[in-house]
Amino acid sequence: MQRPRTLTVRVDALARVEGEGALHVRVRNGQVHELRLEIYEPPRFFEAFLRGRRFDEAPDITARICGICPVAYQMSACNAIESLFGLSVKGPIRDLRLLLYYGEWIESHALHMFLLHLPDFLGYESALHMARDHPEWVQKGLQIKKAGNALMARIGGREIHPINVRIGGFYSVPSRRDLLEHKEELARARDFIVEALRWMAGLEFPDFEEDYEFVALYHPEEYAILEGQIRSSKGLLVPVSGFEEVFEEFQVPYSNALHSIVRGRGSYMVGPLARFNLNFPQLTPVAREVALSIGLTPPVRNPFRSLLVRGVEILHACEEALRLIERYEPPDRPWEPVEVRPGTGYGASEAPRGILYHRYRIRADGLIEEAKIVPPTSQNQRRMEDDLRKLVPRLLSLPKDQITWRCEQAIRNYDPCISCATHFLRLEIETG
Amino acid sequence: MARRRKPKLAVWKFASCDGCQLTLLDCEDELLALAGEIEIAYFLEASRAIVRGPYDISLVEGSISTPEQVEQIRKIRRQTRFLVTIGACATAGGIQALRNFADVRGFLDLVYARPEYIKTLEKSLPASAYVPVDFELRGCPIGKGPLLELLSAFLNGRRPSIPNHSVCIECKRRGIVCVMVAQGTPCLGPVTQAGCGALCPAYRRGCYGCFGPMETPNPTSLGNWLLARGMASPDLVRLFRTFNAYAPAFKEAGERYAEAADVDRSS
Repeated sequence: MQRPRTLTVRVDALARVEGEGALHVRVRNGQVHELRLEIYEPPRFFEAFLRGRRFDEAPDITARICGICPVAYQMSACNAIESLFGLSVKGPIRDLRLLLYYGEWIESHALHMFLLHLPDFLGYESALHMARDHPEWVQKGLQIKKAGNALMARIGGREIHPINVRIGGFYSVPSRRDLLEHKEELARARDFIVEALRWMAGLEFPDFEEDYEFVALYHPEEYAILEGQIRSSKGLLVPVSGFEEVFEEFQVPYSNALHSIVRGRGSYMVGPLARFNLNFPQLTPVAREVALSIGLTPPVRNPFRSLLVRGVEILHACEEALRLIERYEPPDRPWEPVEVRPGTGYGASEAPRGILYHRYRIRADGLIEEAKIVPPTSQNQRRMEDDLRKLVPRLLSLPKDQITWRCEQAIRNYDPCISCATHFLRLEIETG
Repeated sequence: MARRRKPKLAVWKFASCDGCQLTLLDCEDELLALAGEIEIAYFLEASRAIVRGPYDISLVEGSISTPEQVEQIRKIRRQTRFLVTIGACATAGGIQALRNFADVRGFLDLVYARPEYIKTLEKSLPASAYVPVDFELRGCPIGKGPLLELLSAFLNGRRPSIPNHSVCIECKRRGIVCVMVAQGTPCLGPVTQAGCGALCPAYRRGCYGCFGPMETPNPTSLGNWLLARGMASPDLVRLFRTFNAYAPAFKEAGERYAEAADVDRSS
């Protein structure tokens, strides 16, 4: 019989994630003795310097929390502030927001699937290494990504930190012809992703399942992305304003990002798997059909299969984008005017990585008095550790470098955005 | 003739949003060709493979905001032949440099649950505050075009052709109607470095200065013009204090109008 193993797995700088994190695992006699996902990315104190800024600056400032999902920040900020001011954006302006957000989902998911996650399944250090043997898939992945980026650039002005979003809508809107130009590229991306999904379904997925509490927004009329209520697979259903009552954040000594749990229960998962499992009936018929045909039947409890679920969401996003473009007629005016109402506004949207929550307290003069932001990666942090705690004991027969790689892959299942996760640490500054 | 060794590229991250290094991965049509010309030796966002230094070119993203980062940027400088800062954080301290304006006393009032766990410097500063920098790429974020121009110039041993005139010039070249003249919208275009293609005016909003100050700008002239047309000083201060708030010209302008705002309040 093999002796129970004792070893330390240490990854000082996690690769193929956004931001800076490390992993530390100590196994003694076959038991996980210590496990820490250490987020050492320095805090940037966004919530502190949002104080005293005017409400209409929040979308541009919070976008800078993350270069990968700036639209998520802009949308959650608009959401929170507009709900306080009693504005609900409808019609073509709302469609444009959806289009911009679908562009981000396509871009961010394709980046993660093809360039960051897929190399793990094929045993490559990076997509550039992978491109030597599989140039066609890297090329197709890049083309899908480009279709998302092009849509973002058209509506938002640029892909990273779009400049065209404002409270109430946009500074200016595209013409119908502008948007029709994207149809071909989006249709091609849609075809590529279906092809890729059929191929990727045949990859080897580690046998690992967990009984997660999945948490995602729920919207009665669509696969929630822009707004909705908070729902979980263990029975939660609350409006966004109840977020802080349901979830509890706390600090751990080894991470610059707060951990989050469901009060009284424990860790939970946000992101593609949670959305897919909770809102499956609202995916487009083709997305549902492709999902079922490659063996994705909700609930999917294997986090490694998030690779495929992201692909299904890309497919959904391409199809929905094509539908919205088809019905688009420019609005009479690019934005709805707003009137400042003092009070507290709550907003959330589905960033590519999961629920992104914003809360703002705004004064009668329009200045922000207090801001709180809870990004998806910080919510998933505890869940990532829980996955690793379960996974590591099963890997102990492997050589150490394989254990390390598999742990990294398990973290990448969550597409962690560490830059996001770190920026909500609060620093209070007296401004006199 | 034997082919010359491919130059080694490293991409480094400090306090930032990852957007500027993402710009490299956003070069969807050029990425694989680029990887054929240059060895991507260290780029954690894209690869777990690490090739040791020295590096021919380092792209540095993010501002220096912790004691460890000060050591790290010095180490990178020692290992690098050509060091380029990419974006507003590495070049001017970024949005997080807004903390530099806070009263130092305020730092005693940290309200983390456990502030002792967090290490941070009082100021968020550009790389150039600690090491010599060979070239700066501006923007929040940088643009794909200028990044490719920089790399191509580097590969060909020439100076990158990056404009240092104002956004106004770009705007005029594109034939965009001036948002200040036509709509009365405050715009930092006259004092901001070009490079974005006058993006904001093209979308009918005022420039918010994400490429930082142009060479020899005159922010006082612009500021006074805006004040004369009814802008309140606190609004003007905020206009200068965003993503390049600690770039010298914007910093001075912000401080000048902040003093004016204080005078207004006390009078």
